[in-house]
Amino acid sequence: MNASPATVTPIAGDVIQVRGLVNRFGTQTVHENLDLDVRRGEIIGIVGGSGTGKSVLLRTIVGLVRPAAGEVRVFGEDLLSLPNDRRSLVERRFGVLFQSGALFSSLTVAENVALPLVEHEHLPRADAQRLAGVKLALSGLPVDAGRKYPSQLSGGMIKRAALARALALDPEILFLDEPTAGLDPISAAAFDSLIVTLRNALGLTVFLVTHDLDTLYSTCDRVAVLSQRRVLAVGPIDEVARTDDAWVQAYFNGPRGRAATFAAQKGKD
Amino acid sequence: MGMRDGSGPAIIRALARKAKRERNMSRESASVRSMANSTHPGSVTLARDADGARLSLSGDWTLPHYVDLHRKAVDLAPSLGKDVRVDIHGLGAMDTSGAFVIAELLGSKRTQALAQDASLPPARRALLKTVGDAIDTYCKGIKRPRDAGFVVMLERIGRAMGSFWRQTAKLLGFIGITLQGFATTAWRPSRWRVTPLVSHIEQTGLDAVPILTLLSFMVGAVVAFLGSTVLASYGATVFTVDLIGFAFLREFGVLLTAILLAGRTASAFTAQIGSMKAREEIDAIRTLGLSPIELLVLPRVLALLIALPLLTFLATVAGIVGGGVVCIVSLKMSPSMFLSMFQADMSIGQFLVGVAKAPVFAFMIAVIGCMEGFKVSGSAQSVGEHTTSSVVQSIFVVILLDAVAALFYMEMGW
Repeated sequence: MNASPATVTPIAGDVIQVRGLVNRFGTQTVHENLDLDVRRGEIIGIVGGSGTGKSVLLRTIVGLVRPAAGEVRVFGEDLLSLPNDRRSLVERRFGVLFQSGALFSSLTVAENVALPLVEHEHLPRADAQRLAGVKLALSGLPVDAGRKYPSQLSGGMIKRAALARALALDPEILFLDEPTAGLDPISAAAFDSLIVTLRNALGLTVFLVTHDLDTLYSTCDRVAVLSQRRVLAVGPIDEVARTDDAWVQAYFNGPRGRAATFAAQKGKD
Repeated sequence: MGMRDGSGPAIIRALARKAKRERNMSRESASVRSMANSTHPGSVTLARDADGARLSLSGDWTLPHYVDLHRKAVDLAPSLGKDVRVDIHGLGAMDTSGAFVIAELLGSKRTQALAQDASLPPARRALLKTVGDAIDTYCKGIKRPRDAGFVVMLERIGRAMGSFWRQTAKLLGFIGITLQGFATTAWRPSRWRVTPLVSHIEQTGLDAVPILTLLSFMVGAVVAFLGSTVLASYGATVFTVDLIGFAFLREFGVLLTAILLAGRTASAFTAQIGSMKAREEIDAIRTLGLSPIELLVLPRVLALLIALPLLTFLATVAGIVGGGVVCIVSLKMSPSMFLSMFQADMSIGQFLVGVAKAPVFAFMIAVIGCMEGFKVSGSAQSVGEHTTSSVVQSIFVVILLDAVAALFYMEMGW
């Protein structure tokens, strides 16, 4: 399997459209007139300094945060204005991996993954458990992990289990909030290649919020930089890295950025 | 990895997009259950001709059809010979669950062979390969769950006994650590934590005053009503005063207070320490070279040791007042008669016998509350479980000790 980011721009349409988004918490404005499009089948990386509202953007798109103004469309639908049953149908078409996993601590890992299958697809419990096992294996977890409770798992395993739950209903869009944060470099690299593999095999669109430069270079088709309350630049990573902005330059051409660029170049040769 | 500008990925993308579109179409219609019959449920047929057996798959192999397909696959799998040829070119949409059924039907070897079949779209081959690999790891270590029954019941009884034993040992150990903490800090006033002590006395003592006095007052009134009803048949309603006096001085004052604080304070201690444990704050205290016992446990235990006897006095007074009000209002007893009877029949010894139990109860409640907090592990659910456990345990211990004390006092003739 070819695990490198695809270079061909998919033109099959935008699955996520954000227009004129404004988010405010009290007097603090996080987003001001933010526009962003996510194309079908791409892996888009969202970067930005701490507090630039990366996670808030993700939460707004999946409908957890009601924006002060602006429009967010997922599959052409405005989630917050849909009636509950229609909204649930749209929500089944995307999976979310939260920053700390957000696995239900009272359920075993396998039950966590089986939950959406039982609730939405009305599968018998035995079938759901079996499918859950497959999703866990797809996410790279050993079999016995399914019987454990989330509190018994390490950080990397929690991320993988949460990924398996996000993939449970074969979603079309996968939202990942800092998937490699807190992982060791080997696990992080394995997670990166897992995401690319799954994208290629399942045809996913991946919305990736991250701080990890290696992840950006090894997985993303496009990168969007959040700064000054809007999307400062969006495009392939090499283009974005040339943007004339102090933060972007410090980020991509700082010591860590250069190391990641170098590693990515070496990987390609 | 070196094909960034090659034509290979372009084809993959195009094919992937096509497969994707098909998948979306089937999904959109499948998502509306009433329209489910407009998709093509997957089917599988096994035909035998001159060349041997031929297995052909068609229709949509997706999650909505999973149960049906899985049943078909289970029925068909044993009858597949080694040399069966597999044709999946007629397959419509396929997702991971469909690929899983195919992999289960064909077994991992044939699935891997199918994934190498160059005549299939690359996206489909990638999906088959990924799921096939996943099945390999998934099916390796599956164990059948054990049957439930008599042995399991015995095992659970054994486990429960074992955990009760360990629990008791732990409690005794924790009591020892706490006493040791007291012993080492008692001689060094510089290590007394006065501010948290005062704060905990306020939270556990002062803040409990309104609810405790109200509760005690009402129980006193109830006991008085009950006593007067029973004693009336002997014409001895005046002895209601003695009943109230004995009950509250010896038992109810301290017992009500202890049970209320077991529910109110033990749970608070567990939740406070437990959430600190869950957020690794306890570990941080240790790595800073400080003692969590000294910092967290001693002020709480000491606060309760001070607050509970004081509250016991208050509860006793409130209960007697409650009983007195009933005597005065409903038994037409004058207040001075109530007081003089009370003074004649009660001695300070009765009160001392009751309040002597208060420090013991206080110590046990505080220690159990703190210990359960330290036993919390990781999750928010664990905090809840241990909070419940600390309330149940401390109420149990309070009543147990009270019963033991009653026996002891009876034997001593106090």
